[in-house]
This record gives sequence, C-alpha cells and structure tokens, in this order.
Amino acid sequence: MSGQASRRGAWLAWLVQALLVLAVVAGAAWVVNHALEVLRARGVRSGFDFLTEPAGFSISEGWLDFDASQPSWRAFLAGLINTVRAAVPAAIFAVVLGTLIGIGRLAPHVLLRGICTAYVELLRNVPLLVQLLMLAFAMANLLPDPTEPVHLLPGVWLSKGGLSVPWPVTGEGGWWPTHFEWPERGDFGVSGGAALSPEYVTIVAGLSLYSAAFVAEIVRAGILSVSQGQVLAGQALGLSSVQQLRIVILPQALRVIVPSLTNQLLSLTKNSSLAVAVGYPELVSVANTTIGSNGRAFECIAIIMAVYLLLSLVISFGMNRYNARVALRGWR
Amino acid sequence: MKNTRFRPALLAAASVVALAAAAPAFAGKTLDAVKQRGTVKCGVTNGVAGFSAPDTQGNWSGLDVDTCRAIAAAVLGDPKKVDFVPLNSQQRFSALQAGEIDILARNTTWTLTRDASLGFNFTTITYYDGQGFLVPKKLKVTSAKQLKNATICTQSGTTNEKNVSDYFRAQNIPVKTVVFESFEASFKAFFSGRCQAFTTDASALAGLRNKEAPNPDDYLILPELISKEPLAPLVRRGDDEWFAIAKWVPNALIEAEEFGVTQANADQLKGSSKDPAQQRLLGAGEDLGKLLGLDKDWSYRAIKAVGNYGEMFERNVGPKSVLKLPRGSNNLWSKGGLIYAPPVR
Repeated sequence: MSGQASRRGAWLAWLVQALLVLAVVAGAAWVVNHALEVLRARGVRSGFDFLTEPAGFSISEGWLDFDASQPSWRAFLAGLINTVRAAVPAAIFAVVLGTLIGIGRLAPHVLLRGICTAYVELLRNVPLLVQLLMLAFAMANLLPDPTEPVHLLPGVWLSKGGLSVPWPVTGEGGWWPTHFEWPERGDFGVSGGAALSPEYVTIVAGLSLYSAAFVAEIVRAGILSVSQGQVLAGQALGLSSVQQLRIVILPQALRVIVPSLTNQLLSLTKNSSLAVAVGYPELVSVANTTIGSNGRAFECIAIIMAVYLLLSLVISFGMNRYNARVALRGWR
Repeated sequence: MKNTRFRPALLAAASVVALAAAAPAFAGKTLDAVKQRGTVKCGVTNGVAGFSAPDTQGNWSGLDVDTCRAIAAAVLGDPKKVDFVPLNSQQRFSALQAGEIDILARNTTWTLTRDASLGFNFTTITYYDGQGFLVPKKLKVTSAKQLKNATICTQSGTTNEKNVSDYFRAQNIPVKTVVFESFEASFKAFFSGRCQAFTTDASALAGLRNKEAPNPDDYLILPELISKEPLAPLVRRGDDEWFAIAKWVPNALIEAEEFGVTQANADQLKGSSKDPAQQRLLGAGEDLGKLLGLDKDWSYRAIKAVGNYGEMFERNVGPKSVLKLPRGSNNLWSKGGLIYAPPVR
C-alpha cells in the first residue's frame, strides 16, 4: 500500500468511528430523554435533588461515619467507600492466593498439584452468589452467639457479631489517637474497639477465594508461556528453583499475566455488588434503600453505573500503567 | 477483515435503538387491557404469611391476595383470573411504574413521598399495621428501650429501616442495624443469632414467629409499636377509572361486613333482602356498576369470591389463621376500629 492510500484509509476509519460514536451518544441521549418523558407523563418525580436531603437511614459499618440525619450523597459516598473497603483487601488476597495456587498447579509434587487443581475447578465452577450464601450460612451457624463470645486473646472476641479487636481512638476533636479502646462484653454481645462484621468477612473471603481460582489460571498460563529454554538457562546458571521462578520466569510471565489480571480485578470489583445479598452495606445496598423510600430507581441505578464505571477506569488506568512497565519494549 | 472491528460498536448502537423502542409506551386504559388479557396482574410479596404467600401447590393466599381476587371477580367474573407477580421491596415500585402489573397489593405503607412523588395512587387501607420488634426471650428484654447497643436485623428498602433509625435516634439509644436485600435473608440471620432483635410490621412478626422460628415459644414480640403502617394497594396515576375500581371493590367488601352480607348468605339475600344497602351491594338495587365501567353484579361477585372484609380478615390473619392476630384497629369503625368505607351508593 502506498503511504497516501493508507493515510486515506486511516481517515476513513476515523470518520466512521466518529460517526458511530455520535450515533451511540445520540441514541443514549434519546433513550434518557424518552425515559424521563415517560416518567413525567406518569407523574413520577425525577431528578437528583434527593441527594442533598437527609437519607433517613443509618449505615452500621464502614470507614465513613454515617447517621440518618446526614444527606443522601454522603450515604452513597459511605457505600462507595464500603465497596472499596471490601474490594481492595479482596483483590490483594486474591492475587497472592491465586499466584500461589497457579504456581502450585505446575508443581512437580502430585498431591500439591492435585489440591490446587481441585481448588480451581471447584471454586471456578460454582456461582459466586451461591458461595457467598454458603459462607454466610456457615458463619451464622458455626460461630458462637454474640452473648457468649469466644475470648481469643486479651481484647479479641469472636462471635456471630463479628471479630472485635482493640482500636486506637482519637480524643475529643483531636487528629491523633490518644488511647486504645478495648472491646468489652455487654448484655447484647461485644461492643467497642473495632469489629469486622461477619458480613464483611463473608464478602472479602468470598470474593478472594472465588477470584483466586481465576487468577491461578492466569498465572499458570503466564508461566507456561515462558519458553522452556529460559528455565534451562536458569538451571545452567546454577539458580535454585525458587530463584529461577523469582528472577527468570515470573518477570517474563508478567507480560502475559498483567492484561488478563486487569480483567479479573475489574470483575472482582463489580462482583462486590453481590455483598447486598449477605447484608454488607455497600453502594448497591445504599441505592436499594434509597429507591425503596423515594422510588428514584432511574437516578440511583445511574449513580451505581457511573460509580462502577469510574472504579473500573481507575483500575484499568493503574493496571495499564503497570503493564507498560512490565511489557516488552518495542512490542507494541 | 477490517470491518469486523466495527462490529461491536454497530451491535451496541443497534441494541441502544432496540432498547429505546422496547421502552413501554404509556399504558392506556388499564381496564381495557385487563379485559383484553383476561387476567389482572397483581404484584404481591414473595411470601409473607397472612398477606400473600404461595402454598406448596403454588396457590396464593392472604389478605392482599384476596383483594386481587375480589377485583378479578368484579372485573372479569372469575376470582381465579389473577396473575400473581412476586416482587421484593426494591422491585415493587418500578414494576408498577413500568406497567408490568395492574395493581400492587404488597403490604405497602401509604406515605406522603410514595403517594406524591412516585406516580401512584393508594386505594383503600386494607390493614392498619405498626412496626414492632421480635426478640429471643433469653435476652430478658421486655421493652424496645432496653435495646441499647443491640444489633437489629431488617430488610433494606422498606419504611422499617427508616423507622428504626428515627425511633432510636429520638430515644437517643445507639443500636446497629444489619440490612439484607431479601426478607428471608433478614429473618434467617435473626433466627441464626446474628442479631438480637428483628424488626418489621407487627403482623409479619406474628407470622414469622409461628412459621419460621425454631421454637416459637422462645421468642417475644415487644409491646412497642414504633410507627403507623397503613397498608393499602396502589395503582398508577392517570387512570381514574381503574383507580376507582381498585378503591371501590375493597370498600364494597368493608361495607358488606357492616351490613351483614357474607359469602354464605349473599345468594339468599340477593333474592330476599329489603334493605337498600344490601340490595346495592348484591346488584339487586340500583346499578352502581356502570359508574365504574362494570356490570350490576360486580360487588356481588367480589363478595361471593372472598367474603366480606371481616371474613377475609378471619381467614387470613385472624383467629382462624396461623397468625391469630386480634382485630384491634382493623375492626369496623362501628365496633371501635378504624376500618371505614365511604358509602357504596
């Protein structure tokens, strides 16, 4: 192809794409406009004005203190923070556990390999919601009653009410923690300190265990993509098998692993919305409550979509930056 | 091939257009639609004993269910011509707005916000409820005011969740709430010991204790009712004809109790009664049905189908049911209760 022809082709491609984008945007605008018209015709109030009004419900756990008299936008923010509070630890656990299992899938040891394979096949093939409900059920039945908590360590209690640990608290108006607050046993269970609720543990454990199965497969594929010659070269240099893995194989495997891992982290984050089923107050739970009281389903779902889109873009951006670092130069 | 690159974008554009086209147009006259379809689409709970719950054969029963059956009998001549659509508390309003159901009879509390901003009209209050608390007896709690620092399980998206917040805030008693998306998950969590109290409408508490508790005698319903929960069916705004039908069928059932017309004596009274009020209810007097777009026998058929309001109450939630709830506020106005229908005349 001559240079000129290819430039014209590129222009045409641009033009078509721009037209398509325009068509999609116009289509979306029409859908939204039509929906709003229909809602108005039916006498349904719409708009985002409710965000500045008091939420009217409380959120019992999370990093952002929230009570019922505060505005709805803060409730959504608390929900978003709770989503992140579940997704980030889950992502870390999933990557660590998944990497170990992925390596285990290739271990020379038959038993280890078998266990890792069984893990992947079992966890990967059962729907996440089912796993979450099973975990919640197990916790609800196995843990002791909140009124009879187990005293694990000084200041550490475990019951159906959650895991309570001492936590630094700030004095009146201060920024720096002044003392530790110790959980104490009361009439209705343990109070004070910091508590990990069973709902939180359920969602973090459920997401980690489920996603680890997928991460393991990605890691395995990544390792297998590294040519056998690299391993032999490592051996020739006298590296131990752990050194071979750490210095030679994994860095090269990352090129294959990272793009797929990005997908996995995106789906993990989105899957955190299933927490609503097990009683953890994240974004979707907050939106559901809001819809139940003011019926602004359209607006609340739009917020959920926008927030997940934003979270996904942030994750993609971060992972792409990381990918650029590990990718082969000159390959793209 | 180069143009495969565009395929996803084309698909997306096409699906956007398809979605927009599929968005339901504003429903015309509900009555015409119901007649044409041959069934009333009635939104109910996915299972609250006494109000709407399916049995093992899939037959629905309950106070809300009977309301729908009475309307089907009045409009279509057959109480069986109802499609029950089970909805959870988050789905219910969108389902009605979108026209997926003709009427929502799903123990829904009549509030200003719902009435004024969701595009609905509430019809006749069929049950006066209040929100209460269920606790295990072993906690030795006898009042909601003793629930300081307790964890309370409830369902998200309900007035219950907000009432709990309001009540304990007003009392200055700190409590924690754990909210679940489904009613079932919320009470299961409570019975498994996750929470020290469970809160919902008192009527549902009675049903739960009797049906779901491992041992009903281990649980206590606290005396406090922390809210007013007038439960009423609702319909979409903008269709006054259907609104009138949905209002007057329950009113006729209430009036029937007041004037002593029952499922059993309806036929006999239809021929013999000299009481004009009874005659009007049984289609033997002046024709009120035509004002509703129905025939003369509309209320007669409704009464024959489910009995009068008192009979509905007895069968579904009263002493003859598992719930064994007292009539209380739900007695006729003439007997000291709040149940009052404007005259069917």
